[in-house]
Formats: sequence, structure tokens, C-alpha cells
Amino acid sequence: MPIILDKVSHIYGEDTAMAVRALDNISLVIPDGQFIGLIGHTGSGKSTLVQHLNGLMKATSGAVYFNGEDIDSEGFDKKKLRSKVGLVFQYPEHQLFETDVFSDVCFGPKNLGLTQKEVELRAYAALKLVGLEDAYFYQSPFDLSGGQKRRVAIAGVLAMKPQVLILDEPTAGLDPKGRDEILDQIAKLKKETGITVLLVSHSMDDVAKYVDRIIVMNKGRVMYDDEPREVFRQYQSLEAVGLAAPQVTYIMKELREHGYDVSGEVTTIEEAKQEILAYFRER
Amino acid sequence: MGIIKVRDLVYEYIRRDEEGNVEGITTAVDDVSLDIEQGDFVAVLGHNGSGKSTLAKHLNAILYPAEGTVWVDGKDTKEEKYVWDIRQTAGMVFQNPDNQIIGQIVEEDVGFGPENMGVPTKEIWERVEESLKAVGMYQFRKFSPNKLSGGQKQRVSIAGVIAMHPKCIVLDEPTAMLDPQGRREVIRAVRALNDVERITVILITHYMEEVIYADKVYVMDQGKVAIQGTPREVFSEVEKLKELRLDVPQVTLLAHELAKEGFPMPKGVLTNREFREALDQCMR
Amino acid sequence: MLRDITLGQYYQADSVIHRLDPRVKLGTTILFIISLFVFDGVGGYVTAALFLALVIRLSGVPFRFMVKGMKSIVFLLSITVIFNLFLTPGEPILHLWKLTVTQEGVRLAVLLSIRLGFLIIGSSVMTLTTTPNQLTDGLEKMLKPLNKVKVPVHEIAMMMSIALRFIPILMEETDKIMKAQLARCADFESGNLVKKAKSLVPLLVPLFISAFRRANDLAMAMEARCYRGGEHRTKMKPLHYERRDYIAYLVVLCYLAAGVFLGKFLPLLLGSVFA
Repeated sequence: MPIILDKVSHIYGEDTAMAVRALDNISLVIPDGQFIGLIGHTGSGKSTLVQHLNGLMKATSGAVYFNGEDIDSEGFDKKKLRSKVGLVFQYPEHQLFETDVFSDVCFGPKNLGLTQKEVELRAYAALKLVGLEDAYFYQSPFDLSGGQKRRVAIAGVLAMKPQVLILDEPTAGLDPKGRDEILDQIAKLKKETGITVLLVSHSMDDVAKYVDRIIVMNKGRVMYDDEPREVFRQYQSLEAVGLAAPQVTYIMKELREHGYDVSGEVTTIEEAKQEILAYFRER
Repeated sequence: MGIIKVRDLVYEYIRRDEEGNVEGITTAVDDVSLDIEQGDFVAVLGHNGSGKSTLAKHLNAILYPAEGTVWVDGKDTKEEKYVWDIRQTAGMVFQNPDNQIIGQIVEEDVGFGPENMGVPTKEIWERVEESLKAVGMYQFRKFSPNKLSGGQKQRVSIAGVIAMHPKCIVLDEPTAMLDPQGRREVIRAVRALNDVERITVILITHYMEEVIYADKVYVMDQGKVAIQGTPREVFSEVEKLKELRLDVPQVTLLAHELAKEGFPMPKGVLTNREFREALDQCMR
Repeated sequence: MLRDITLGQYYQADSVIHRLDPRVKLGTTILFIISLFVFDGVGGYVTAALFLALVIRLSGVPFRFMVKGMKSIVFLLSITVIFNLFLTPGEPILHLWKLTVTQEGVRLAVLLSIRLGFLIIGSSVMTLTTTPNQLTDGLEKMLKPLNKVKVPVHEIAMMMSIALRFIPILMEETDKIMKAQLARCADFESGNLVKKAKSLVPLLVPLFISAFRRANDLAMAMEARCYRGGEHRTKMKPLHYERRDYIAYLVVLCYLAAGVFLGKFLPLLLGSVFA
């Protein structure tokens, strides 16, 4: 079920001297089954944007449609919307509260008024989807490592069986291996379930490998919305707004500037390797 | 003797169950020895839980060794009479910027350390001014910390430490909670302190791109030093670093991948330029 | 939301009032509050109003800003007024259904709303023109004599100032936790009191854990910066009385004298004019 944003603006502290336009006339379509990266530095409006998708924030002007219905219309079931558009925030510490992992994951489905059995089945399935081993199920969520806490937090949202999964900075504070593990897990669960995934990040390196569409936000506007390679081609304007393309893009640029005839549209190490190998083979 | 010397350091956390009985012992730091010279820029790398933060807290007498000895500027950290000297000699910056800023105005926070040391009022103001200028935060001196970005808050924390006139600063994952912009700001400020003021820097991190400029890198795993050397030497060990749950910069990784394909690439390529020059060699 | 409360907020400006020693402002506020209850008659209140108007004028804080802060306590104020209006025994002047409004009730209600209104505006002038840090510094120095009777004045002041620094951080955090739980379809609104209280658990547990963590981190950071209590400490911004502070005390004394005098003699003065 697609989400459509129609000219959405959000102004913090409207009618005051300190009014800030966090979102400025944003129109987007999020169709089913896409893997999208939403990139922007702190304060670009990306966090504000995702909170409009599940109705946690209300647009100052414009409208958000889920499955063809205006989510701010009279009588629209916000609770149902939130179960369909699952949002996992940056810090798992902000949502974990139960005495053990399993009960914590049950919290979401329980709020949907399902039977105890259905709640538990869903919680179990969700924990499997995020790759958490059974041994952790009855431990306190507070004793887990950063990466495991993050998995529990994601499972807590997945257990509501959302059709869209939004992850706000899922790798913040993790070490490199932990970061790769969680991203791989998300890619895997995306493949298995076919749900729409929206990955919010300020790191191009993180998302380049996984997503098929990148939305770059700057100062509350959508700056680019395209395939990764098309977006990274604009690395100079990305830098101007405090973002950067993945380092390989710059390596290839360095090579091209010194007479190597290699493609400048490379976004991953593997692609770069193949490109250089092909170049040397041709000679 | 260097500014910091660590010999055979062991530190254990005792885990207890709800009744307070000993459940087990975790050795967080296991037989570590380090030597750090005045003016060095030293990086300590390691994944989460490798023991690097526990090690850092020993350099400032927040934790005391279970076994072994830590000397800061020649003083044994176990001797209680030196505690305040040591904390003033080796200042510490922590991970979460919100949890270490005490003042409600930037300049008052920077003045907190000197106030505790009993520095006369006039000199406090001089120190606050020079410290804020050193990290490029002077124009924000009257701001509330809540109005600053993560990178700016962390620079205020660094200024708060410099105002104590330390010989050495220990930064315990100062960039872990920051965005790329904030990370750059902080690392730039830290490098400037090392270059210009010749303050010894010990940077604890898991971001690889931050250690490229270090004079020496220690990689920790399971409480032990697993690899040590110059950044180039350390980054030569791509496979080993991966085993230790760490990364290498993309350029180093690409060179490594090409070497596996039979290219005569040198080990530990650190910059794009080095990479290109190495490829130039392959062309001949 | 909680953020809209101006009471206890600092308004950045560079006025005479802002520059006064916090002890002067604290002392004056206390004296002003006492004066509201000591003064009697119209004369006293007119003097108090004039004094308050003068201070607000000098402070450079827009009056609009102060009124906005009042909104949050209008409810409290109206309850007190209504109680006094209807529940004071005395000469009845009006019957409304089963309630009676008495002459004494009207008098008391008017008096009380003036007192409370002035009290709140008066204290908000102090908080608007004094940073929380100056306030705690002022308190610490004023209460210093209590140190002799083993009251840990420095520690109390430090605790207050840390609490003030962390309130906005914890409020923001509460907001974030609430949103994270709302995203999991938590319901904080419906149900009876017991259910509502229960629904707060998912909010309070993460908040408390975070607060303890922050406290622990902060204690460590303070120790790392050589904090060891109030002894040996110097001050970056020590408090000294300056000329303007002595003048301020003088003005306050004049105000008190004028209030007492006018409160007693204004009716007589007016009477003699009309005679």
C-alpha cells in the first residue's frame, strides 16, 4: 500500500518569532516493496519527515495519504496506521522496558488487541526475522549488546506486521562489524518478507550497497531522489551540503583525473574492483 | 619515561546476581603494556566491548588497576595523594556530550575545571578564552549548551579539559554519537591541539578514518593489545582487522582486494593518491 | 506542552535588572512578596503596582512575554478566587442558585487575586532576568552562614544547578520515548485511572534508566575534571556588590516605606483633599 506525500510542509513553532520550516513543500511517492535510503545531515528534516509517515506528526500544510486515504482525515485509525507503517527510532534504549526480551517484543502486537497466542506467535516470528538467537529470549533487554538491543527494537516493531518498515539511523553507535551485521540482516528480512524498507541515515557508505533508491534531504527539501549512482554523480553538490559520496567514488575520480579510463559511477568496492580489473584486462 | 607508561595492566569486573553473590569475573583489560611519549598522537582501536574504554579510564585514575601499574607523568595512579595531579595532567573527554557538560552556559562549563583546581578568578577567564579559541568555539561562549550541535558540544567538552592545562588528553569515543559533520569538527580540533599545542592525544575510537593521522595505533581485542604499530602497519593486516570486528578505509580495502587478484599493490595504502600511484606502478 | 511555561525561564537581555547581583534580586523578591501581605488598603497596592511596573520597564522583558507565562496558572488563580467568592461568610449581596456571594467574599477574592497575580509576576521577573546559575550562586552565598550548622550549602546549590541543566534534556527525552512507544501503538490516553497509570510504565522505565545512566556519567565526568566538593574551589564569576546593587536596596527600602505610608494615609490624604 503506497504512501503519498502531497506538498507536505511542517513548521515548528508557527506564529512565533522562532518559527522553523522543517519540511518545505515535499511531494513523494513511496510504492510497495522498495528499499529506500533517506539521507541528510542532522537538521535536514529527515527525522521530521518520517514522523509524518506514521502520523506521529501532523503536517502544517499538505497531506499524507496511506492506501489512498488522508491520514489526518476525521475518523482515520492512527493506531492501525502505526501498525502498518512501523517506525523504529534511533536509540533502542528509548523503547525497551520489559523484564525480558520476549515480553518486550510482545508489547506492540498486544496493543493491537490480538489474542495472547497470536501475540506470541508474531513476537517469535519477528525475533527470528531479526536473527536473534533463542538463548536471548528470556534475558533482560538491558543486558544485551548494542547490536542485539537494536535487533530487539526492530523485532518489537516487526511483530505488528507492518507493510512499511522505517529505520531511523539503525547503525548509530555500533562498531563496524555490528553495523554490517545489522544492515545485512535488514537486507535479508527485506528479501524474505518483501516489505517496503526506508533506511534513514547520514552515511552514504552505509546505504550505497543496499538500497535501490536514494532520497537526499537538505534544509527541509528533497534535493535528489534517484538511483544511488545517479545521486553520487552529484558528489560536488552533496559535499556542499555536508554529505559525501562513498570513498570509492573519490578513488575513481582520482584515477580518471590521471588518465585512467574507468567509470566514475562506481558506488561499491566490488564494482570498483571489477572496473579496474576490466580496465587492465583491456590493455 | 614517557608521559604515560602502563605495565602488565589487568582489570576485572565482578558480576553479581541479585542477591549480591559473585556470578563471575570478566577480565576487561588483560595484561596490557603501553608507552606513550609526550606530544604523541596515539589511537586505540577496538570493537564495542574490547576493553578500550576500561583502559582509557585507567589513564585518568577513574579506575585503578587490579594488577600491574599505570604511571601518568611519572606518578603511580594507585597512590591516592596523586589523584588530583593525575586528573589534571591527563584530562578526559567522554562519549556522550550531554552527560559531561555541567555548566548552563558554555563559558561557565569551560571554567568548571579551573574552578575546581582553585585557579584565581582572573586566570580562569584567561584560560576559558584561550581554550574556547583553541577549539573554535569562542563566538558561542554565551550560548546554552542545549542550543549547540553534537560536534559543538563535544568541542566545548574538549575546551573544558584544555582549560585545566593538561599535558595529555584522553578522548573516549568522542565521535560515537555524532554525525559525519560533527565527527570531522571534533577530529580537526583534536589534531590541531596535537599539532599546535603539542598536547599528547590518546584517541579511543572505532572509526578507522580517524586514526590515519595517528603516530601510533593500538588495536584491542578481548582486553589485550592485538595489533600495534603505525597506521600503515596496522592497516596492512586487513584480514586480521576484519576478524577483530573492525573495518579498514575503503581505499585500503580496494588495494587489498586488487592485491588478492595478483596486482603488486603495497600493503596499507591509506590515501587515494597513494592508491593511484601504486596503480601507476602496475601500469609500467 | 510543558515547554510553553515561561515561569522559571531566562529572557536574554542586557538591562539594569539583568546586571543586578542575584542576591539583590532574591532579597527583593522575598521582600516584595512579604510586602504584598503586609500592605493594607488601596494605597499599598497602588504602590506595589507602580513598583512592579517600574521594574518590568527597566528589565526590558516584554510584558506580553510575562503574560504568556501567566496563562498556565490562570486555572489555579480562578479556583482560589471562586472559593473565596462563594465560601466566605458575611453580608450577602447576591444569590446564585444555592450559592451566596458576600461582600467580604468579593473583598477577599479581589485582594487575593491581586496578591497572587503580583506575587507571580514579581517572581517571574526575577527568574526571567537571572540565569539559573546566578540564582544558585546567589542562594549559595546568601545561605553560606548555614554552613556553620552543618548544612551542605554548596552541594545543595550544585544539585539545583545540575537539575536545572538536565530538565530540558530529560523533557526532550520523554518526548522521544513517548513517540517510540506510540510507534508501537501504545495508548497513553484512554481507559480509567489505573489503566492510565499502567500505560506510563513503558514511558517511565526507559526514562529512569536513562536518567540514572546520565547521573552516573556526569558524576564520572565531574570527578575527571577534579571536582571534589566546595572546598579549595575558586569562582569564575564571584559575586560582588556594586554601586547599582546598593542603590537597588535603597530603592526597595523607599518602596517599602512608601507602601506602608500610603497604605495607611492615602484614604486620609484623599479625605482631606475632598474636604
